[in-house]
Amino acid sequence: MDGFLPLLTIFMLAVFVGYEVITKVPPLLHTPLMSGSNAISGITIVGAMLSLTTSNRVAMTFAFVALVLATINVVGGFMVTNRMLSMFKKKRDDPQ
Amino acid sequence: MSPTIINLAYLGASILFILGVRGLTHPRTAVRGNLLGATGMLVAVVATLLDAEVFGAGVAGLGVILAGLALGSAIGGTLALRIKMTAMPEMVAFLNAFGGAASAFVAGAVLTDLGGTGLVSGAGPAALQTHVLVATVVSGIIGSVTFWGSLVAFDKLRGMFLPDAPVTFAGQQAINVVLGLIAIGCGAVLVSYPEMTEAYFAVVVVGSVLGILLTIPIGGADMPVAIALLNAYSGLAAASTGFVLNNDLLVITGSLVGASGIILTQIMCRAMNRSLVNVLVGAIAAGDTKKIDADAVYAGRVKRTSAEEVAMLLETARRVVIVPGYGLAVSQAQHQVRELATVLEGRGVEVEYAIHPVAGRMPGHMNVLLAEADVEYDKLKEMDTVNPTFGQTDVTIVIGANDIVNPSARTDPSSPIAGMPILDVDKSTSVVIIKRSLSPGFAGIPNPLFAADNALMLFGDGKQAVLELTAALKDAGVG
Repeated sequence: MDGFLPLLTIFMLAVFVGYEVITKVPPLLHTPLMSGSNAISGITIVGAMLSLTTSNRVAMTFAFVALVLATINVVGGFMVTNRMLSMFKKKRDDPQ
Repeated sequence: MSPTIINLAYLGASILFILGVRGLTHPRTAVRGNLLGATGMLVAVVATLLDAEVFGAGVAGLGVILAGLALGSAIGGTLALRIKMTAMPEMVAFLNAFGGAASAFVAGAVLTDLGGTGLVSGAGPAALQTHVLVATVVSGIIGSVTFWGSLVAFDKLRGMFLPDAPVTFAGQQAINVVLGLIAIGCGAVLVSYPEMTEAYFAVVVVGSVLGILLTIPIGGADMPVAIALLNAYSGLAAASTGFVLNNDLLVITGSLVGASGIILTQIMCRAMNRSLVNVLVGAIAAGDTKKIDADAVYAGRVKRTSAEEVAMLLETARRVVIVPGYGLAVSQAQHQVRELATVLEGRGVEVEYAIHPVAGRMPGHMNVLLAEADVEYDKLKEMDTVNPTFGQTDVTIVIGANDIVNPSARTDPSSPIAGMPILDVDKSTSVVIIKRSLSPGFAGIPNPLFAADNALMLFGDGKQAVLELTAALKDAGVG
């Protein structure tokens, strides 16, 4: 079971860190939180890249599909979050 | 590059993700937070590219990777720039779907690659220890449930094939339980006989059916819960893929996202005073609550008003609160609402917006729409902040919202929405409700607010009605 316990430890600690940090996000920003955390969950992109090194054709196809999907998730998620967040302003930039 | 340096880079990326999410705790730091997250992702991707195995894959291998990255970036970037703010729930559902599918595909790739490159610590089939196989099965189930569940949510939000209303049938829960057991059974086969990779595809197929069946009973107004939950799933899928690949970064990041989705799910459920199970089975549509006769509630008591009349009311108002609902998003009236508020503010009226946690089709949706229309975020008030102020509010304008302002949640213990926290708009001096008709909201019950003494109904499309109202107010100002 080597490898499992350290991973489980990390998993549990990260859940707690996540809980503590995210409960402080105000409802105002819940939509960007969702799209932003969504982008971060595209971290599978790393897994897809590692899996692409295989010589097995089928595995390679799976990994490639995963890579494209995860990249859409990452790029789309961060960009749309940025677009949303840049709209939140306290004072008008150009008063009419 | 040595594994140590790569692992350090992964650690750096994890820290950047946490700092990035922390940035989202305030609108002032949020843009930078998101950029920190994106930087973390860039660090992770570059470190992976420099990994000896990936880099050693040769020119062809690297070419394939770069092609995948380029294709995904082009699609993702186009989507992000083109999507309308009103369609943000669909966008998030779409991204969730891709995240879930990617996890299922990576797990499938690792399994198919049995004895391949030694991707999993220590080469060969023996490397697939029990916990790795279990994680593979978990990735397969959660990944496929997330993908199909999100696609169903996307379809419901778009109103393409499936109805907005819950789709329920006899024995639905029993079928779901059986499917779940079958998926676990297939998974057990895979764990016992790793060479039977077909079992994994059985897991994915059953998970796909389960994802569809689990999401169709969730109705339109419950979508905030569904989207938040699917968000959590996509994170957990990434975390379990981390267990498959023995990769800390995926585990940390996946659990962060999982926690975020679970917290949001809790908040949404609390805002509707319903349990998660209740939402998931679509129980609000079940006919066990007594039918309230709409005619008995409304008969002769509903007062219809005109834009001119409301303008006169607004002329003497000193404090106005605007309550947006899903109807505002549907008629895309956010810019017109902002224009009305500007005219009012020009006359010295204090204008604030009251945002119910489940207004719209995803958490925080109304805030994004109003921010798009240049409403300053300090005017967007949360329910608990704004509720005590309705007593000092002259006019409250409700646009395309219904159940979230239904006072029977407070007054009628037998109501299906009894106990749900609502915006106490009925406590303001006058309430103007802009709505197409008296048709009930998602809960399917009449709203006594519409027949209240201080309530006026302004029937019509949200955008059109607000435009007329603004015009009438401008006329009044000149005259």
